[in-house]
Amino acid sequence: MLENGLKVLLLEEHTAPLVSVWCWYKVGSRDELPGLTGVSHWVEHMNFKGTTNIPRDQVKGIIEQFGGAWNGYTWLDQTTYLETASRDALDRMLFIEAERMGRCLYDPDDCESERTVIISELKGGENDPDSLLDQEVVATAFKAHPYRHPTIGWLADLETMTRDDLYGYYRRYYAPDNATLVIVGDVDPEEAMARVREHFGGFAAGGPLLRRRTREPEQTGERRLVIRKEGTTAYFRAGFHAPAVADPTFVPALLLDAVLTGAKGVNLWTAFRVPPPQRRARLYQAVVERGLASSLHGAMLPTAEPYLYTLSATATQGTTLEAIEAAVLQALDLVASQGITGEELARAKRQLHAQMVFDADSVTNVAHQLGFFDTIGGVDLFLDLPRRIAATTVAEVNTAASALFTASNRTIGYFEPLAVGSSPVSATGTVEAQR
Amino acid sequence: MTAGLNPMRAVLSNGLVVTAKQTRKTPAVAINLALRAGAIVDPGDAAGASALLSRVLDRGTTGRSSSEIADALENRGVSLSLSVTRQLLSLTCTCLSEDFDDIFALLADIVRRPVVPETDLVTRKGQVLTSLQQDADNPAVRSVDALMAALYGDTHPYGRPIKGTAASVAPLTRERLLALHVERCAPHLLSAVVVGDVEPARVEDCARAVFGDWRHDSAAPVTLTEAAGPASRRLVTVPMMNKSQAEIAYGFPSIARSDRSYFAFMLMNNVLGQYALGGRLGDRIRERQGMAYSVSSSFDASTIAGPFMVRAGVAAANVERAIASIDDELQSLRRMGVTGREMAESRQYISGSMPRMLETNAGIAGFLQNAEFFGLGLDYDRRLPTLLMMVTIDDVNAAAAALDPAHATVVVAGPYQP
Repeated sequence: MLENGLKVLLLEEHTAPLVSVWCWYKVGSRDELPGLTGVSHWVEHMNFKGTTNIPRDQVKGIIEQFGGAWNGYTWLDQTTYLETASRDALDRMLFIEAERMGRCLYDPDDCESERTVIISELKGGENDPDSLLDQEVVATAFKAHPYRHPTIGWLADLETMTRDDLYGYYRRYYAPDNATLVIVGDVDPEEAMARVREHFGGFAAGGPLLRRRTREPEQTGERRLVIRKEGTTAYFRAGFHAPAVADPTFVPALLLDAVLTGAKGVNLWTAFRVPPPQRRARLYQAVVERGLASSLHGAMLPTAEPYLYTLSATATQGTTLEAIEAAVLQALDLVASQGITGEELARAKRQLHAQMVFDADSVTNVAHQLGFFDTIGGVDLFLDLPRRIAATTVAEVNTAASALFTASNRTIGYFEPLAVGSSPVSATGTVEAQR
Repeated sequence: MTAGLNPMRAVLSNGLVVTAKQTRKTPAVAINLALRAGAIVDPGDAAGASALLSRVLDRGTTGRSSSEIADALENRGVSLSLSVTRQLLSLTCTCLSEDFDDIFALLADIVRRPVVPETDLVTRKGQVLTSLQQDADNPAVRSVDALMAALYGDTHPYGRPIKGTAASVAPLTRERLLALHVERCAPHLLSAVVVGDVEPARVEDCARAVFGDWRHDSAAPVTLTEAAGPASRRLVTVPMMNKSQAEIAYGFPSIARSDRSYFAFMLMNNVLGQYALGGRLGDRIRERQGMAYSVSSSFDASTIAGPFMVRAGVAAANVERAIASIDDELQSLRRMGVTGREMAESRQYISGSMPRMLETNAGIAGFLQNAEFFGLGLDYDRRLPTLLMMVTIDDVNAAAAALDPAHATVVVAGPYQP
């Protein structure tokens, strides 16, 4: 750790002449207040638009000349920026991240132009009914906690946010003592650390951040919502308040998800690109094998604070959402009351183990995991996962199931398609919610 | 470039090709089986047959039930993907090294001896039909499907949707799918690529053990006609007034992979719509005008000239301005060409990105599979940078000449009506 508080995680990996650098900031949509939802994500966009020492017209190509790729993302607990390129690009990548930390320009015209880009990103997401349903379920399951609003923000806030809002947020949260720098690849550790000190040593610590925290009040009854909008397909989604990653019940819940929907691993960067092995999974059997749903997904995501365990299913033609809900709840009630078998747990553990081996196949993926987990509680959380997984018992998984799958812990969402062309004002649809 | 992949390649007496490359990064193996039995082999009245076959191929063989297959895969943490492109039906997965022999044998059984149980066919067909319903509500899918139909015609294998339509998929029977399998799945059409922590000699031995006795004739390869010649400019709209944003698919036929101008086209495409955040198109439409989150260009150079297309997601109010911007960028490219700097940057980027593209087992496997399909040679990874260096700026500008907005087919799907 540098004197200014910048935490550095460095892992040597010499099988390929590549390096991956990620800079993680402990700021995400959970830090956002009403009226400024989406600011973390918009700030992420602005941080690719030129700095004091990287003029606007030199941003493009700055890492491509090393054959490199770059990207970033914003989520609930973190905003992150990455480059992966040939090993001789290390200094360049550190330079880029140092510039990004302290010297982004926030040109007013750029800010304004980016408004419509982000709104376009939001509208693209709205084109997907399942994504809309997810947003509504999360916003309904959480009453008070800022996890409730979508990371992209609400449209009204995106339409009114100013350059000063963005720049002020950037200056507040982008400080070395609010960041973790991760370097994985074909590097010499001493040389790499020397470069880190050169590029980042001059930053002053930002000092303690006042973060307003709200604890979500306990949900005392089932919540339900229905979206009715023109479309062709019906979607079902259920959210259950779930443990944070550091909670002792997180890993049992992760294994429970593997039993119910197949193991995806714990890497947000890769986990949802390929369907998990799920043909023998309980909920797949309950709804997909029976022809009620064409697909089934489950997500038990690692978060800093308690989030949701979500299940979603796409209804086959002619299947009602009520039928899917009944089948899902019946399967969940069964696991809550009777638990899982030793064989199911063993299979879940083998799947998770295999997934974690597969996920370590690139410097980019390895670096992602180190930084992601450090941001939500400490890199040891990630390093300790295999032990926690191996040690989990059937009884612990069963206890997690009993706690998760109660009626008062769940939020149920339906997307019911209206016939296309049926309503005159079709863009927004209607949402009904009951608490 | 370093020493190169130097994979092992063997051809069995039945024509099956097996290629293997050993890596030691993780104790895992990527398996990629590609059959030349993609959507182009669908009979004229059965668009989507190959795609549906891929959905049921792993649901039971003569020697294993669907449950036994699922157990064999899932007890080992293996997620098997079966997918269909226009040219290929592929089976891909990653397994732990210790499971390689069993998984490879299982995949061979799935490829050679599927039984397509009736109950599974009903379920999987239901999933495909639901997926088609979802596609019908997806402007991105609708725009590309409509572009392909316009460029190639409704009945051309490239003009039909890969998944078919509800009308063509619903009547497909178990017998029809099995007949397609018998007709189109044969060893000389299969390329098996294995990359990971397993010795190439062992891979070859496994391939001989599970595929060596496979004797099968298949139907003659599908011959494809090229797309019709340059059309007059046309605008096709797919009104979807319930959606939030429109998707533009703007395209032309491109070139075949064997075309001498392939690398020039690749560089031209990178400058136009790929480099950094969408090349020149990204600069203009996203960065300078803020009109789209997503804009890029791509091309599919295959056994025939696949499509070149520019895609962008924009608000309905910006559709005409976005199309005009694409027109302008293409005209500018055709008139002025690319700059020396752009050429150098794109060339350096493509060459320089190869270590990254060839870092993972799956990445290497995909690369080798592509090289095998087009007969590019086992040293293609080593030759590629030189091939790029040989392209001149005149070559790239000549490639751009084909992209004349006066002959473009422009499709807009979404909440837009002209």
